[in-house]
Amino acid sequence: MAAMLQSVRVSSASFHLPDPSKVPLSSVCALPVIRSGRSSSLDPIHETRRTRKVLTKAVAAQAENSATAASKPGHELLLFEALREGLEEEMDRDPRVCVMGEDVGHYGGSYKVTKGLAEKFGDLRVLDTPIAENSFTGMAVGAAMTGLRPIVEGMNMGFLLLAFNQISDNCGMLHYTSGGQFTIPTVIRGPGGVGRQLGAEHSQRLESYFQSIPGIQMVACSTPYNAKGLMKAAIRSENPVVLFEHVLLYNLKERIPDEEYVLSLEEAEMVRPGEHVTILTYSRMRYHVMQAAKTLVNKGYDPEVIDIRSLKPFDLYTIGNSVKKTHRVLIVEECMRTGGIGASLTAAINENFHDYLDAPIVCLSSQDVPTPYAGTLEEWTVVQPAQIVAAVEQLCQ
Amino acid sequence: MAQIIHRSTNLLKTVSAMRHLTTASTTPITVETSLPFTGHNIEPPSRSVETTPQELLSFFRDMVLMRRMEIAADSLYKAKLIRGFCHLYDGQEAVAVGMEAAITKKDCIITAYRDHCIFLGRGGTLMDAFAELMGRKDGCSKGKGGSMHFYKKESGFYGGHGIVGAQVPLGCGLAFAQKYSKDENVTFSMYGDGAANQGQLFEALNMAALWDLPAIFVCENNHYGMGTAEWRAAKSPAYYKRGDYVPGLKEITKSLSCETSMQVAKEHALKNGPIILKWTPTGIHELHVRPWKQYRTRVRLLVVLDRTLKRNRKEMRKGWMKSLQKLRI
Repeated sequence: MAAMLQSVRVSSASFHLPDPSKVPLSSVCALPVIRSGRSSSLDPIHETRRTRKVLTKAVAAQAENSATAASKPGHELLLFEALREGLEEEMDRDPRVCVMGEDVGHYGGSYKVTKGLAEKFGDLRVLDTPIAENSFTGMAVGAAMTGLRPIVEGMNMGFLLLAFNQISDNCGMLHYTSGGQFTIPTVIRGPGGVGRQLGAEHSQRLESYFQSIPGIQMVACSTPYNAKGLMKAAIRSENPVVLFEHVLLYNLKERIPDEEYVLSLEEAEMVRPGEHVTILTYSRMRYHVMQAAKTLVNKGYDPEVIDIRSLKPFDLYTIGNSVKKTHRVLIVEECMRTGGIGASLTAAINENFHDYLDAPIVCLSSQDVPTPYAGTLEEWTVVQPAQIVAAVEQLCQ
Repeated sequence: MAQIIHRSTNLLKTVSAMRHLTTASTTPITVETSLPFTGHNIEPPSRSVETTPQELLSFFRDMVLMRRMEIAADSLYKAKLIRGFCHLYDGQEAVAVGMEAAITKKDCIITAYRDHCIFLGRGGTLMDAFAELMGRKDGCSKGKGGSMHFYKKESGFYGGHGIVGAQVPLGCGLAFAQKYSKDENVTFSMYGDGAANQGQLFEALNMAALWDLPAIFVCENNHYGMGTAEWRAAKSPAYYKRGDYVPGLKEITKSLSCETSMQVAKEHALKNGPIILKWTPTGIHELHVRPWKQYRTRVRLLVVLDRTLKRNRKEMRKGWMKSLQKLRI
């Protein structure tokens, strides 16, 4: 607690050590806003007005105002365009890079990620496959054994369950069982996650099923900036990488740099630095968390939000530093409760940073049910911002 | 039993006798294969094969080496020096030897777990093979793969795969890479009669035919899929016809006919796309060595062993007799 207070950029003699039931307010920027105590009788409107003045934006990625767009550096695009840009740049750079999947060629990709690439690179480099996930994933692995760098697109991540044997045994394990003779530089990518009433079979979260496979790396993108960077890093990696995209995030808009950049596959992203609680999240849940963060900040909390990005291996360095700072962890994920990414992350943090925790780790995940079709029911199976706020409040008591 | 021992002593005599004749026999001779080829959507090649006694001798030597290796592996397994699985290729060596004779090291071969002899054929050494079988770091996969994971990248041998049928799409991928890089090489994707019932085989056939990939699918039919006999697992045992629009060739296994059909297949694959070859070698060992349970009686096994070797010896002898006659002339 004392350590936390020392790091608050506030200079005030009137500050006294609050008791655990009352939470001090500290803000992102340096202006002091001190309360000696906090009670529910405080007028929320006044409080909100005052805090709004000192708050900087709570959400990391924001759409730019069109009036200022032209003067800022970089260019604006949607997430699927960012993926396509990354893909195109890598295909230009290395002739061994090829794409295979259903509808990627002439159709342009079911989410337009490969639009225009077949016209530019030809039908062999952007290969339209029949609906045979098991064998075209196997084909990609076989091609990778000879030195090509194929990118397999699963039209929906759930379909890749049909290719599980190829991904697990051949993609993941061949480097090991051949004694290092072969590397399998494939990228397996596709949209997963709960969409808008797509039904149970098209709303699956495969990151939890794949996480145990030895030999593969997993990353999840959440913004156009990290989508392009992770795509490029995954293609350049010598390891098999599974890149998880989300069905609902393809139309996110962001301004990304013009110059070339490649992100690290093993790093987490600090979305919003804070003091009170570490919220670990990835993919679409990042946006639910940021929405909850707005509410939390208004209520006087200062959450630190980290987008873990690297699902396997976890970036325990960034996560650990955060835990050492805040001593409270909340994991918000879209995976199922049982055996999900959150479950593994909870275990990893408990094992490594147990002494730094002031409270048990809280993990908010989706319900262990097939995703219903009905919209209201579907909402209930996924973590909503209100639940995140409630969890933080309970955690910080 | 005495007869068998007598015959194997004869075999040893034959091998030593052959050594004296190696230098003399490069004149071409024509041998006729014992059974004709059967084709599906393709003209079967002719039964007459041109070869030299030296080539036949090298086939025989390689096959005997492979046979000895497999029998030794069998003994080692029973002595518990090889653990886990040990799938043996004795009885099927003609396929490996014939294949090597028809192709170069730039062509790719991929097979399932019955991979010891193909590894040898691709240039692997006995040391690499046995070290791997016994889990030593000098093995071809550093002891990390085991019997089912032999690979030799520099000779185009891509393994060595444990899951039945999973190697066939990989073979398709190898052929795809060959087409992508436009090198005039082919891929031999080998599988057994058990794997012929796997869906991914048909998926791979469809894709290979769709994109004219230089893939040759080689079905080694030893009549047993794991522990179950072929007639109880497959409605139609005509595996060479299963490609439908993909042409197929069928033959009973001999190394010479293997070589011929592999050559034909290679030419076809480079021009027209995939082709299926079906062999019916008589595998002697069952799925893998299980000392406590054999589904074929011991006597029958020995008879089969003997018969296969005898057939090849006859071929060799025919060749020598002709060359010897010519020399005398």
